[in-house]
Amino acid sequence: MTAGLNNYLVLSAVLFSIGLYGALSRKNAVVVLMCVEIMLNAANLSLVAFSRFVTPVALSGQTVAIFSITAAAAEVAVGLAVVIALYRQRGTVDVNDINLLKW
Amino acid sequence: MHIMSIPSALIWAVWLLPLGAFALISPLIRPFPGKAEPASFISIGAVGISFALSLWILASVLQAPDRQIILHGADWLSISGGPVFNFGLLIDPLSAVMLSVVTSVSLMVQVYSRAYMHSDPSYLRYFALISLFTAAMLGLIVSSNLLSTFAFWELVGLSSYLLIGFWFHRPSAVAAAKKAFLVTRIGDVGFLAALLVLYTKTGTLDITALNSPGVLSAISGGVLTWAALGLFLGAMGKSGQFPLHVWLPDAMEGPTPVSALIHAATMVAAGVFLVARMYPLFQAAPHALTVVAIVGAFSAVFAATMGLVMKDIKRVLAYSTISQLGLMMLGIATGGVWVGIFYLFNHAFFKSLLFLGAGSVNHATGTFDLREMGGLRKKIPWTFAFFVLAAVSLSGIWPLAGFFSKEGVLAAALDKQPVLFGFALLTTFLTAFYIFRVVFLVFFGDYRGSHGPHESSRIMLVPMGLLAVPAVASGWLNANGGFEHFLGDGATHGFWSGFIGALAHPLALFSLLAALLGVFSAYTLYIKRWISPDKVKWFLRSPYAIFTRKYGMDELYENIIARNALYRGVFQAADWTDRVVIGGASAGIASLTTGAGRVLRRFQTGQIQLYAVAAVLGMTAIVLIALVRG
Amino acid sequence: MGINIAFWVLAVLAATGALAVVSARSLFRTALGLVLCFLSIAGLFFTLSADFLGIVQVLIYVGAIAVLLIMAIMLTRDVEKGNLPSTLKIPALVSGLAFAGLSVWVMLNTSWQVSSEAPTTPTASTLGNLLFDQGGLVLGVEIAAMLLLAALIGAISAAREK
Repeated sequence: MTAGLNNYLVLSAVLFSIGLYGALSRKNAVVVLMCVEIMLNAANLSLVAFSRFVTPVALSGQTVAIFSITAAAAEVAVGLAVVIALYRQRGTVDVNDINLLKW
Repeated sequence: MHIMSIPSALIWAVWLLPLGAFALISPLIRPFPGKAEPASFISIGAVGISFALSLWILASVLQAPDRQIILHGADWLSISGGPVFNFGLLIDPLSAVMLSVVTSVSLMVQVYSRAYMHSDPSYLRYFALISLFTAAMLGLIVSSNLLSTFAFWELVGLSSYLLIGFWFHRPSAVAAAKKAFLVTRIGDVGFLAALLVLYTKTGTLDITALNSPGVLSAISGGVLTWAALGLFLGAMGKSGQFPLHVWLPDAMEGPTPVSALIHAATMVAAGVFLVARMYPLFQAAPHALTVVAIVGAFSAVFAATMGLVMKDIKRVLAYSTISQLGLMMLGIATGGVWVGIFYLFNHAFFKSLLFLGAGSVNHATGTFDLREMGGLRKKIPWTFAFFVLAAVSLSGIWPLAGFFSKEGVLAAALDKQPVLFGFALLTTFLTAFYIFRVVFLVFFGDYRGSHGPHESSRIMLVPMGLLAVPAVASGWLNANGGFEHFLGDGATHGFWSGFIGALAHPLALFSLLAALLGVFSAYTLYIKRWISPDKVKWFLRSPYAIFTRKYGMDELYENIIARNALYRGVFQAADWTDRVVIGGASAGIASLTTGAGRVLRRFQTGQIQLYAVAAVLGMTAIVLIALVRG
Repeated sequence: MGINIAFWVLAVLAATGALAVVSARSLFRTALGLVLCFLSIAGLFFTLSADFLGIVQVLIYVGAIAVLLIMAIMLTRDVEKGNLPSTLKIPALVSGLAFAGLSVWVMLNTSWQVSSEAPTTPTASTLGNLLFDQGGLVLGVEIAAMLLLAALIGAISAAREK
């Protein structure tokens, strides 16, 4: 079976959904961040797949992927800094315990 | 004799001069609140020039083609694509006569006021307001468009409100001013409604156009009747006709010269003038004219009976005014414009003289209460002389002015409405009785007051003397039908011929008899005391009670209509609606909101993943719905 | 043919790595699963003729981000607790499945305009031109640079000891 656009897209959707499930269900904030990274990677994968199969010469999808990687790098840096700061403050990185903003 | 026709600029000046006086004086009220002689000179000078100009106008109208001068003036309001409301002047014999009456009476009243008001701290305000009052009335008279008439009409109402409430530190004056304003406002609603009806039907409010047969025949009978009745309702409010008369006696709270002006020339004359001005319209609506006649005749008797028993000299005169205005209405409705206006013309002079006389009596004794007067004829002979002249004239005794105008009304009423003629004749008797009751109680017998009476100053006596001349003689203008010829359609319908010849007619003798009977009854009761007034009072105690309680009209308005129907009924219902329905609805919405908030805030758990789950599921649902719906 | 085989192998590896991240008990296995996932995706990039991006993926994700995450795991003392699920396991599963179903359904039901042209290789010079040439995305690059700088300063100020 030839690996076409749809194969890549379905793989991307599967990876994204796994990441989504993890981001919604893990207690540890670092793992949540990891899952967010998986979701970003899944998105990048679909971008590159589109680039390959829809605009193989112009490579516009890959350009966007470069920016998305940049953004992901920035995100993870700030996110981890926040997690560290949070840990210093509260002694935990359990998202279930971080619930000050409520009624 | 040929007189140069008056330039149009000077016609404008007639009403603009008093307005200018008002504009000139009113900014000075605050910096110079007290006595300031120049202000009264400005005001009196303005109205004096207006008086001279209105005499010139009268002479010019006599010579003008069609006896009419129309000044187009300026376009005031224009409705896009529609007709234009013109602000112009219409001078015809009617307005020319009214101009002379208003300016002359206003002039005399203002001169008199210089002395009467000289110690009042609001001297300046008084003259500013009286100028405004005069200007508004003059504007009303000359206006050629019903819309601007209405504007001046309201301005007259406003300035009368300000003058009745002139001594606003007195609660009774405030109440009286409010009452006058509100009661006349009821009539004004009718006026406004009539304007709307007329405008919708004809597309114009120009008086000349509205009175033309072509326009009148274009309106169907019923609508025209309603429009005429609406106009008359306005006139009833201003002229104090039953049942909107209740404000007039209370208007006595104002300074006495103001009462003279209101009762003789300005405020109350406006109603009669409006009916006269729109007379062709009323003629085209005979039912409305019948209503005018009935209301007029009824008001005449109704008010006269209350005048019989009042203990305050000014209140007697106030009820007299209502009664006399009723006769004017009856005169217009049965005999045409000239009858009513001729009556108004004569009445203006003797009634203002009576009021100025009453003011002079008040000046002498410090009271208006008849029970604290008496025997004043020796103390204040000039006032006595003028007052008696005016009283005789009011009673309609030959050969004074009142006789001639009253004969006109009686003759017209006998001709058209024989039943109402009876009312008019009864009024003649009552009028003579109540005014001579006042004369006898004030000037004869023994002095019952404590104040040392003294004659008024010359500044007060001279205007009274000047007014006494027309009060005696103004009726002679129609001795040979001259006035009727001037105001009417040119023909003479009068039954008399000449000054002496008037007495030859049986009707004249009959009414003279009624008047003399009235005087004699008063003489019997109050001078000779052949019958004690108290005995009569006891004998007629139930009508006496009704009269003194003013037929319960004040109670009807205050207790039944205002307190029960309006306050307990309408206002409480509105209050209930506001509190329960509207307040309840808003309170319900508020508690629903807080309740919903109390429930919904439970979803704010602080669990960020819960929010994310909700967001994802929501987004999925939205996309799904978008896909399914195409 | 070789690319096909490579795709399937890498796809299975990537999915396995991702599943390891969300289900492994130990946090270290989680981190290793992440690295596996990232590496497989880099390989998938190569199968898509995106050689430059494949290398970037290895350098940034595997070399920088994964290492950073592992360091974060070490810095916090929750390691011994392991990778526990939160209270929302079932709703999260439902959301994930719903999203997966919806996106797969949409992707398969859309007729993509697939081009049959031969892909550009190598991509580095073309991408360089796209980003930095006249009419390129220089502004975007500048903004990305600003973003990185801001993130750098932000991360330092958030994480430093007060």
